[in-house]
Amino acid sequence: MSAVASDGAPRPGEIEEFERVAAERVAGVRDLGTLEAAVPELTGRRSPIAGWKRSLGGLAPEQRREVGRVLNDALVRIETLVEQRREVLARADREARLAADRLDLTEVPPAPGSGHLHLVTQVREELEDIFVGMGYEIADGPEAETEWYNFTALNVPRDHPARSMQDSFYLATGDHESFLLRTQTSPGQIRLLERGELPLYAVVPGRVYRRDTADARHLPVFHQIEGIVVDRGVTFGDLAGTIETFVREIFGEGVATRLRPAYFPFTEPSAEFEITCTICGGSGCKTCSQTGWIELGGCGMIHPAVFEATGVDPEIWTGFAFGFGIDRIAMMRHEIGDLRSFIENDVRFLTQF
Amino acid sequence: MRVPLSWLREFTPLPTDARDREAVRRLGRVLDSLGLVVEGIEHVGGGLEDVVLARVLDIRPIEGADRIREVLVDAGGPEPLTIVCGAMNFVTGDVVPLAKVGAELPGGFVIGRRKMRGIVSDGMLCSGPELGIGQDAAGLMLVASTGSPDAPLPAGLELGAPLADYLGIEPDAVFDLAVEPNRPDGLSIIGVARDLAARLGLPFEVSVPSPVTSGPPASELASLELQAPDACRHMLARVVSGVANGVSPPLVARRLLLAGMRPLGAVVDASNYVMLELGQPNHPYDLDTLGGHGLSVRFARPGERLVTLDGTERLLGRHVDALGGVLEVEDLLICDAKDTAVGLAGIMGGAATEIGESTSRVLLEVAEFAPLVVGRTAKRQGVRSEASARFERGIDPAGLERAADRFCELLAAAAAYAGAAAPVVAPGDLDEHPRPSETRRVRLRLARANALLGTALSVSRVQQLLTPIGFGVDPANTGETAPDGASTPGETTGEAALDTTVLEVTVPSFRPDVQREVDVVEEIARHHGYERITPTRRRSPNVGNLGARNVTRRRLRRLMTGLGAHEAWTSSIVDPSLHVRAGSHAGVVELANPMVQEESVLRSHLLLGLLGSLRHNVSHRNPAVRLFELGRVFSPSAAGEGLPVEHEHLGLLLGGDGDDASAAVRAWRVLVDGLGLDAAALQLEQGPSLGPDVGALAIGVHPSRRGLVLDAATKLQPVAVIGEVDPEVLDSFGLSRDRRVGWMVVDLEQLETLPTRSDLARPVSRFPSSDIDLAFLLGEETPAGDLEEVLRESAGELCESVRLLDAYRGPGVPEGARSLAYRVRFCALDRTLTDVEVAELRARCIAEVESKLPATLRR
Repeated sequence: MSAVASDGAPRPGEIEEFERVAAERVAGVRDLGTLEAAVPELTGRRSPIAGWKRSLGGLAPEQRREVGRVLNDALVRIETLVEQRREVLARADREARLAADRLDLTEVPPAPGSGHLHLVTQVREELEDIFVGMGYEIADGPEAETEWYNFTALNVPRDHPARSMQDSFYLATGDHESFLLRTQTSPGQIRLLERGELPLYAVVPGRVYRRDTADARHLPVFHQIEGIVVDRGVTFGDLAGTIETFVREIFGEGVATRLRPAYFPFTEPSAEFEITCTICGGSGCKTCSQTGWIELGGCGMIHPAVFEATGVDPEIWTGFAFGFGIDRIAMMRHEIGDLRSFIENDVRFLTQF
Repeated sequence: MRVPLSWLREFTPLPTDARDREAVRRLGRVLDSLGLVVEGIEHVGGGLEDVVLARVLDIRPIEGADRIREVLVDAGGPEPLTIVCGAMNFVTGDVVPLAKVGAELPGGFVIGRRKMRGIVSDGMLCSGPELGIGQDAAGLMLVASTGSPDAPLPAGLELGAPLADYLGIEPDAVFDLAVEPNRPDGLSIIGVARDLAARLGLPFEVSVPSPVTSGPPASELASLELQAPDACRHMLARVVSGVANGVSPPLVARRLLLAGMRPLGAVVDASNYVMLELGQPNHPYDLDTLGGHGLSVRFARPGERLVTLDGTERLLGRHVDALGGVLEVEDLLICDAKDTAVGLAGIMGGAATEIGESTSRVLLEVAEFAPLVVGRTAKRQGVRSEASARFERGIDPAGLERAADRFCELLAAAAAYAGAAAPVVAPGDLDEHPRPSETRRVRLRLARANALLGTALSVSRVQQLLTPIGFGVDPANTGETAPDGASTPGETTGEAALDTTVLEVTVPSFRPDVQREVDVVEEIARHHGYERITPTRRRSPNVGNLGARNVTRRRLRRLMTGLGAHEAWTSSIVDPSLHVRAGSHAGVVELANPMVQEESVLRSHLLLGLLGSLRHNVSHRNPAVRLFELGRVFSPSAAGEGLPVEHEHLGLLLGGDGDDASAAVRAWRVLVDGLGLDAAALQLEQGPSLGPDVGALAIGVHPSRRGLVLDAATKLQPVAVIGEVDPEVLDSFGLSRDRRVGWMVVDLEQLETLPTRSDLARPVSRFPSSDIDLAFLLGEETPAGDLEEVLRESAGELCESVRLLDAYRGPGVPEGARSLAYRVRFCALDRTLTDVEVAELRARCIAEVESKLPATLRR
């Protein structure tokens, strides 16, 4: 800028000329630093306006007021321009800094994430929650059992094929065939009945063992859940209704249940319970052998012999029990083709659920 | 049990048409609902409409072909037909099945007019299996042999007539039933028919005429002696002479085939037919090869041997179990009158007295054996024959004579079919019946039945349900008042509850499983129909309760997944060498009867399975994995007898990138914090003081990178071991010994005994806090934890936190020591601490550390 502070009064047109030059200069500034550096020459003490103001004292009062007003107006206009320019430059400056700080969010390498619960656990916890919601307690029992809990008290005759060494894993301690790995969660029934706290509404989820070779549909170690209800006046109708209720909770509204006569030593009458095939919805397919139904578990009214073995009076108390496979539910729901996936613990499998 | 529909119809007029697949399926559903579970339905006998009888007139070789021949047959038409045939088992004059051009065989194969080696074949001559009516696939099915093309045909045989008409084959459906162990009657055609008839309201009848007898009485022809009356409760022996052991009539042969048995000749077929139809196993002996012409029944002498019909030599009277124990056992034998064993009672006959083609005099044995005796022997011998399956469940003790009668009836029919003279039945069966069974009577309280089922069935309804399945319901005994307790007013509602009717129910002889009231209730429910019992919603009066242990499990699981660990589950049955490889020499719980040696002991530790799982993932190129498992481990009981001790452990295997013992320590801290445990009440013990008796918990852990967590107050059982897997153990599991794998194992039972920190709120200061940073030189032999503890104590109540910032080893720090830098933060609730106060605290901390520990402030 050529205009310099002058001690003399502004000549006509000089103020307008300065204002024009100042506006041009402000508009030409490209960064905040240059703008701030120019501010003293534009509106500060080194600006011609400041000089002209100083010269006002030599003017007649009337003229002084008039020139002062003109100078002030010009100054305000230039200050406004500077302020506006400052805002524009500050915004641009911030934008440039942030732009330079850009991070490509798709460029982030993977890091270990959350762990996954085993599918069997997820199903088990869901079942536990359903039964807690129905007013049941969740109980535990040992996995290594005596023959008494696993068979005798459950009214399984001494020569019943289930007791065979072909089907059960016996332990090499004690007498042969006196200790074994529980073949079902049903011994939990006996332990709960022995506790003697009635009425009883409980389920026992847990690990069970059968002497099977592992293949796609069998594992020698798997999981079951056993339910037991003992109260006054419990009926077979209550059993049917209870099964209907929890099946609906597990599989949803559209799934129907039916009971079919069966035999278990510890229940009488006994039944298998079946649900409408989850694959075809009941119209018949390969999974359900065209029947439209899939077997889910066993159930029945607790046999009086079981009550007698545990010191419960069957004339006062009646009850029912039911049991089914947890792994099997997981298998059905998630269309798992090979049960062995459950014990391989391949992260590619575990992290799917 | 395979049950042909046509066979059922012999006893009850089922309206089901075997060709109507939907109707057959409906009948299958009825069987299902009766507890006779249909595992499959097979439709047979269809597709034979265009298969006719044809006689072989001439057989000519075809030039250049040695596997097929040109056959001229007479199929009733004006001209003989030319057929190209690959079978070799026939001669001219034989009558064989011809599938005409256009016929569709049961397998869906359509016969076309085909040209082979220049000769046009006008159809196909068929084997039994091709027609779905036989098992012998070795050649053509030979319907009759007439000797020559001009010989007279057997009566009733007309060339060109449908084969099915001649054989009496109708389209049939076979139900494959799974029969529950409590339904011995379900292992007979009549038992299934009775159940169906009852449910469908159809008549049901089994009538078997007694044979006309003649000639010398049986007692002059044969003898019978029972020495084990409790094992053989009843035996009847019948002598039949003049038996022609030819082929069975087509209907009998076909029924046997459909039921899954092979026709073997008229005598054996009759025996099998009786067993399938009536459920009564029986055994025909060739009387002329039977030593002393008689039978005796006794237990085997220890070590006695018998070769059974299947050619197996069986050791009897003595049993070597899976564990090598030798026991003397009771195996019931059928012997001849010279005491030579001829059969394993109720299981299988002996090879020596087998019925042969020349057999003409038959001694038929029909017996009632004790179920347990047969069952135990069958189990020991590893055989389960059609006979033993029936005896094990219990046969109808009232059905022995009927079975013998039916056998005679079938033999007579076979003789008539073969054009032979009728066999002669000797009068006066040999009949030993030392243990007659009594008719069982069961008291049935109507109110009890209704209360159990949730029904309101009347006396007449119960009668209507039970009578058709053979139960006697005596109405004369109704009206008796039930004793106290049977039905307490107010407990159940409705008319049924007030009913005090007691019925005396007579159990039919063929239902030995029905022993008590509740068994009768089941029969009522079964025939009323489970589906007709209304489901009711019973509400628990209790509050649902997850239980403390499940709450702990759930919290632990979520803490572990929060650490990025995936939950695994591994088998509880492991390879004994794994324990050794993991460095454990403690006793393990062994299985008495493992499947394989590699799965023969119960795990005493979770590390084994998890290392296996880590290796699996490593071998699938996922080496960086954190896994955890929550499960039971087993150790022998202290006394060495009794049930094993079960502990529930949480195992966390830290195989992530950079994971090591420090990661395990951090995981433990997360666990302590997440469970709200009082960290101050815990003690981490490390180093040489860690004795060898730390037990199974420390198996497989790096000896100088492990710590034992104890309850500081009791210092009894270890709660957890945290550290790193021993490199040798990694190596033995096929993992690189150069990588580090962190490990934490926690005993849940101990964990639940630990004190939790106070859950009362502590105020948080509003005033600024002050930090001091202190670095000390500390010898390696002193745990940093000690320094931290001294700092915490000396910092006093104003101390908000003590944090290790850095541990430095290297230039400027003497060998065998490290520099540990801590930041101690102070804060007061009521004021800002002055510089003077902080300086005093700092001086106190330094003085305390330097006086109590071999540590010096690093300046």
